[in-house]
Amino acid sequence: MAVIVERTRGALHPFNAVFVAGAISLFLGALLSDIAYYRTYEIQWNNFSSWLLAGGLVVAAVALLCAIVELFRNRWRVWPVLVYALLVLATWILGFIDALVHARDAWVAMPTGLVLSVIVVVLACAALWIALAGMRAGNAP
Amino acid sequence: MNRLHALATVALAALLAGCNGGDAPLEQYGANPQLPAPQRGLLPSMTIAKPAAWGKRLPAVPQGYTIKAIATGLRIPRQTLVLPNGDILVAEGRGGNAPKLKPKDVIAGYIKAKGTSPVKGGNRLTLLRDADGDGTYELKTVFAKDLNAPYGLALVGDTLYVADQDALVKFHYTIGQTRASGAPAKVTDLPSAINHHWTKALAASADGRYLYVGIGSNSNITERGMAAEVDRARVWQVDAQTGMHRPYATGLRNPTALAIQPATGGVWAVVNERDELGPDLVPDYLTLVREGGFYGWPYSYWGQHADPRVQPQDPEKVAATIVPDYSLGSHVAALGLAFSSPAMGPKFADGVFVGEHGSWNRSHPVGYKVVFVPFRGGHPAGDPIDFVTGFRGNDGLTRGRPVGVTVDPRGALIVADDLSNTIWRVTPTAPPAAVKPATPTTASGVAPASTAAKTQM
Repeated sequence: MAVIVERTRGALHPFNAVFVAGAISLFLGALLSDIAYYRTYEIQWNNFSSWLLAGGLVVAAVALLCAIVELFRNRWRVWPVLVYALLVLATWILGFIDALVHARDAWVAMPTGLVLSVIVVVLACAALWIALAGMRAGNAP
Repeated sequence: MNRLHALATVALAALLAGCNGGDAPLEQYGANPQLPAPQRGLLPSMTIAKPAAWGKRLPAVPQGYTIKAIATGLRIPRQTLVLPNGDILVAEGRGGNAPKLKPKDVIAGYIKAKGTSPVKGGNRLTLLRDADGDGTYELKTVFAKDLNAPYGLALVGDTLYVADQDALVKFHYTIGQTRASGAPAKVTDLPSAINHHWTKALAASADGRYLYVGIGSNSNITERGMAAEVDRARVWQVDAQTGMHRPYATGLRNPTALAIQPATGGVWAVVNERDELGPDLVPDYLTLVREGGFYGWPYSYWGQHADPRVQPQDPEKVAATIVPDYSLGSHVAALGLAFSSPAMGPKFADGVFVGEHGSWNRSHPVGYKVVFVPFRGGHPAGDPIDFVTGFRGNDGLTRGRPVGVTVDPRGALIVADDLSNTIWRVTPTAPPAAVKPATPTTASGVAPASTAAKTQM
């Protein structure tokens, strides 16, 4: 019984999953256009990446707010919630650094920008994993 | 704990600005400037001018010289031309239609706009006249309007050439005229797609046969793609009769002012070099433009310093890059160039005046003044000498930003200021008697062309 209570407390509000997943799609788009720029030198891919990152940061900022609300509901002691919130925070910070790297002119964005984009997508996926796992656990009777 | 905090702050600042917090300017003057390694933090270091009104203040000039505002309330004055009768034409306008391609363009555009005048560009030529020669220009009238961001000006005989941001046009001009007799005729179109660097500098050869047009690049360093750079970053030689053109020299990132050397007829230029490689890269320069020469942009700077931001690279172009003649210092933003004459006084008789609009891409601002580069034997010799300063005060406020400089053969330097929208005139307080008779007074034939070439820009 105690175990079930603990799992229920680990559940995250569905909002979290919605915004993290939204950010993933944009960050993944940035990663794919980084790869295209790296392979072709075609500058337009770099422009696409910059805007996709900016969009990803906006959506990830909403996710970060949701995560902070979760923490403030006195749930920071529940480790999946804490890890989730830290992952979202790391995603946003590295995503922001990635955006600054992409703001440098032409090829100087490479290869750092591409590497950062990979890390950001991996971090966001990990956060989503925890959010969805928490929902599944939370819905369990 | 405190030390840890300080350490973290320093580390963060270094990460963001690339270790250039206290970037006191390197003295990068002359033929062999010291060039540090390129650096760029996550954010470019920036200090944007904070505009303020002049009030009762005036720019500072050397002892023995006087400065006076001869016209105010203009609409973004850029370059001036002294006509044979002493009238001054002022080109007013603001050009460029580069789309914002990245979030960075939106943010940087907003920040940089704070350091410029909010006034709308005039797209016109204004004529100033001092009929009685007392140094007060009592007549200020619109000579021509509905131009498209006019910049370069040149007079050849009775033809006035104006370089708009998209075309080279001409007016018929007779001495004493205060208003153009009609709409201008087009000599040739000029490259104008995007127009990231929109200013079209202009100079006429001494014989008036050719016009030289400076065309800036369409990006800082190819971030708009190489397709945008066709016919950019070069000086065109245009046949005045037919409008036919050919590239005279290439690889000049932004040749913002051209001037013909009176004694030799050589084409000289000031060129603004690339940004975002650190506070002391890349020096803006003054150079004699060699026919057929390649000056590096985008592949290389100051000779064989390849720019890693340009991919794919071109080692052949890097190897072919000419080293310019004279470094003016990094980020000074030289926008004006004029050869001096003995009428400017013995100390400033042989050399060029250079208008420096001032930096944005370094935390310690540079430029914001007019300097004099002394020449000896037809070439730059010695460090630049401050000629007009005080545009940026010790209080950190900026009251003016010099653009075009023009030498009035009667003994005056005309300085256009596009922040306070003023035309300044600097004169020797006591004109040196020995050189006064040498002041050229020309009326007809080839002579006005050379006067125009000497005084335009």
